[in-house]
Amino acid sequence: MNLPSILLALLLFAHSPFLASEEARPLAEDPVLEERVKAISYELRCLVCQNQTIADSNAGLAIDLRNQVRDMLKRGMSDTDIREFMVARYGDFVLYNPPVKNTTVLLWLGPLLMLVIAGVVAIRVIRSRSKSSASQDLADADINRARVMLAESDEKRS
Amino acid sequence: MKVSKFLIPLVVFLGVSVFLFKGLSLNPREVPSPLIDKPAPAFSLPLLHENGSTLSTNDMRGQVWLLNVFASWCGPCLEEHPIIVDFSERGVIPVLGLNYKDNPVNAKRWLERHGDSYSSVVVDLDGRSGLDYGVYGVPESFLIDGDGIIRYKKIGPLSQADIEADILPLVDKYKR
Repeated sequence: MNLPSILLALLLFAHSPFLASEEARPLAEDPVLEERVKAISYELRCLVCQNQTIADSNAGLAIDLRNQVRDMLKRGMSDTDIREFMVARYGDFVLYNPPVKNTTVLLWLGPLLMLVIAGVVAIRVIRSRSKSSASQDLADADINRARVMLAESDEKRS
Repeated sequence: MKVSKFLIPLVVFLGVSVFLFKGLSLNPREVPSPLIDKPAPAFSLPLLHENGSTLSTNDMRGQVWLLNVFASWCGPCLEEHPIIVDFSERGVIPVLGLNYKDNPVNAKRWLERHGDSYSSVVVDLDGRSGLDYGVYGVPESFLIDGDGIIRYKKIGPLSQADIEADILPLVDKYKR
């Protein structure tokens, strides 16, 4: 075997799948931990791309925050600790599930308030309609007039 | 009674208009910072220009100072930089640069090219200190008083108007 063919063999080996498998990411180090990181990440807003959670986003900040969550879990901190840590830095806005507070009462009770208003309006409208059955006479008169008119037009046509 | 019935849609429309006008004029990027009037997170970070030495928040005690988070990779920082250079050259308060998640070589080159009038520049290589300050959109600026309390925060480029209208009055207020 001459030198070029040895080099060729080495080159071919270098592209074999045996070496390619080295690139596997060290993500599944601890699947249980990763699950928890994921669960918490889904509750936290990525502030760079505001309509994504940090679990969904690959922005630099989201990656940093995921790593921070992972570190804190490794240090044995609870989910509440982590949430408090994030709120202390980024405010309530970082939580996808906003806490009930004086400033968020309208947010939580708003839909209920709307429902009550809609209900009251609906009841009033329905009541006023059933009360105005007096106008039924007028409607009857209108129908009779319409009949007469139709009959007249039929006569003309024939 | 008849008139008021026709007024209802108008009133509802005006109500919705007011809310939309207010809501759409807000900038969703400007999240109210929970850090205002709270102690500035402590850091002890290496200086960009002096190898081996560090600077900590304790070193800044007793004076009002501005922390400006910047990076060479950040476009809006370039837009803001002349204002920062101008303000720090006025020497009203020390302006500390925090080089956020940047390559120090690039940072030095960037400062050479665009001017460096920071009183010091510290290096936050992994973004840990930035995270403590709740940084999410570079540039960001923090005004910190002599007791180490954050008095003002701006996300995004500082404008001359911000300096005149917000920063200078606060400097006067907290300077001793």
